[in-house]
Amino acid sequence: MPSTFTPKVVTANDLLEGDVVWLTADDRWSRDMREAELIDDEAHADIRLLEAQSQRSVVVGAYLADARPGATGPEPVHFREMFRTRGPSNYAHGKQTGI
Amino acid sequence: MYAYNDFDEAFVRERVAQFRGQVERRMDGSLSEDEFRPLRLMNGLYLQLHAYMLRVAVPYGTINPTQMRQLAHISETFDKGYGHFTTRQNIQFNWPKLRDVPDILEALADVEMHAIQTSGNTIRNVTADHFAGAAADEIEDPRPYAELIRQWSTDHPEFQFLPRKFKIAITGSPNDRAVTKAHDIGLRMVRSADGLPGFEVIVGGGLGRTPMVGKVIRGFLPTGDLLPYIEAIVSVWNLLGRRDNKYKARIKITVHEHGIDEIQRLVEERFAEIRPSYSGVDQDLLAEIKQHFASPVLAERSVDAFEAARRADPSFRSWSDTNLAAHRVDGFAIVTISLKKPGATPGDATAAQMRTMAKIAETFGYGELRISHEQNVILPHVHKADLPAVYEALREADLATANVGLIGDIIACPGMDYCALATARSIPVAQEIAERFEALKLDHEIGPLKIKISGCINACGHHHVGHIGILGLDRAGVENYQITLGGDGTEDMVIGDKTGPGFAYDEITGAIERIVLAYLGERLSPEETFIETYRRVGIAPFKAALYEQGETANAA
Ligand code: SF4
Repeated sequence: MPSTFTPKVVTANDLLEGDVVWLTADDRWSRDMREAELIDDEAHADIRLLEAQSQRSVVVGAYLADARPGATGPEPVHFREMFRTRGPSNYAHGKQTGI
Repeated sequence: MYAYNDFDEAFVRERVAQFRGQVERRMDGSLSEDEFRPLRLMNGLYLQLHAYMLRVAVPYGTINPTQMRQLAHISETFDKGYGHFTTRQNIQFNWPKLRDVPDILEALADVEMHAIQTSGNTIRNVTADHFAGAAADEIEDPRPYAELIRQWSTDHPEFQFLPRKFKIAITGSPNDRAVTKAHDIGLRMVRSADGLPGFEVIVGGGLGRTPMVGKVIRGFLPTGDLLPYIEAIVSVWNLLGRRDNKYKARIKITVHEHGIDEIQRLVEERFAEIRPSYSGVDQDLLAEIKQHFASPVLAERSVDAFEAARRADPSFRSWSDTNLAAHRVDGFAIVTISLKKPGATPGDATAAQMRTMAKIAETFGYGELRISHEQNVILPHVHKADLPAVYEALREADLATANVGLIGDIIACPGMDYCALATARSIPVAQEIAERFEALKLDHEIGPLKIKISGCINACGHHHVGHIGILGLDRAGVENYQITLGGDGTEDMVIGDKTGPGFAYDEITGAIERIVLAYLGERLSPEETFIETYRRVGIAPFKAALYEQGETANAA
């Protein structure tokens, strides 16, 4: 039932740095969500998640997060995922410093 | 203060060395995250939303200037130049890198600090009254007892795999500043009818998903029976506690399910069995520990300089009105350094501020510093004659905010700006509320008021016991804030009442303002505090202010 499946991205935290990363279509972990592979097929999402979870010396806690297509690449749906693309709101720390 | 003995030193160093090896094995992939996770948690290392977080214990809130400087050094070398003091008297570093963590632990061990056992299903870091050893109302300094419990419980073989985590709080004063009724075990020092010091033992308190006010299991426990009695409680719970469901495992649920009378019967029975096996070694140890907590010699001097500064400088007067507490010795004061400047993150201190506080403690405060669960820093012994100089030094470091106990002195957990468990943000809510009332210039007019904010049901921000409590939730993918009123975290602990539907992120500050304005309209006199007014008039006028604003405006 691909029609009811909400598109997903695979996301995790980098093992060494701890910061947020997304899985790209060419099997890299990017620190920029816009480079993530937007997956709209459930079976493919499950496979990509398994592949991500097997990279145990690269990332931690991989999971599928809802996403939607945007002008420059996938965008977060939930506010938690939005914060993960940015960093905390009380200091200009984390990803927002590089934007 | 307490100095590590050789055993502690060896133990901490060994743990650091072990963890260094574990981190290496994790980095080369030979340990999986599932294998590594419990190991890092035992060493205080969490993976949060944007980074790792290291939680360092400040046992019973006591820290010396050398340690404070080392925290400053760590924050600059391995983090982003600041640290966050929490409601559990810990300090958290929000941005460490995995490969640096063993070095951070090594640097902590150099000043006799560690991050051990601040996680896992063990007996956690014991919290104590932050005015311990200084408060005018104190019967005895509770910290030697806290230290005794720490030594006894650290790596105690029977208590490493408890049904859940276990938290103990202790106060040496009948006036409870350590929220003892919200802990698994609370110990509140009282005197017996014939004047002997002992503890009122409270069990089964807790906040979180199922908030409960702790119940008195023993009205008076002689101080000499403390360890066997705690051991009896923990061991009864260790057998009865529900391991099948993590939400039902805390002792508060055990007490609730079996009833306090049954728990009391079992504990007293177990206590009678255990008590004879305590040969008195614990009391020898306690006597030794007490020497490490001996009060500094507090020299008598004139307080004229203090009185003169109060007359001459209104800003000093205002600060000394709010940020001082009564000391047991005449001429001295307990100083609370507010880490709550309006607009700042509650509980955060920069490396420079940590160094300033260390310097002031050394120069004017007999080398003593404390961390409060209200996320402020305490100088427990300052002579009043030195207060003008202390105030000046604090001002230069942007630490002289005069708002302790007022509306801007907000407790807020890290929330969704850092915490992986959060359902909403709490820090920016605290920032906005403090700034709003700063702009309104109403904080002194409003008087004593405790706002406490948690970013999820785990209630690290103690929202249930805030006069005004705020709980951030995720309602259908939007941040939503539920308000409770009338909570109280003292010895008369009360869980606050929910007002009704929650408020959106951009509505919550306005909602708090309406509550406060309703209080100002309802109070009988400026002397009647918010909580007193609430107890007198109940929730109705506040609900009206929150939810019937439109109608009121039309009627007016
Ligand atoms: S209350 Fe929730 S959001 Fe806040 S620190 Fe605790 S677990 Fe995290």
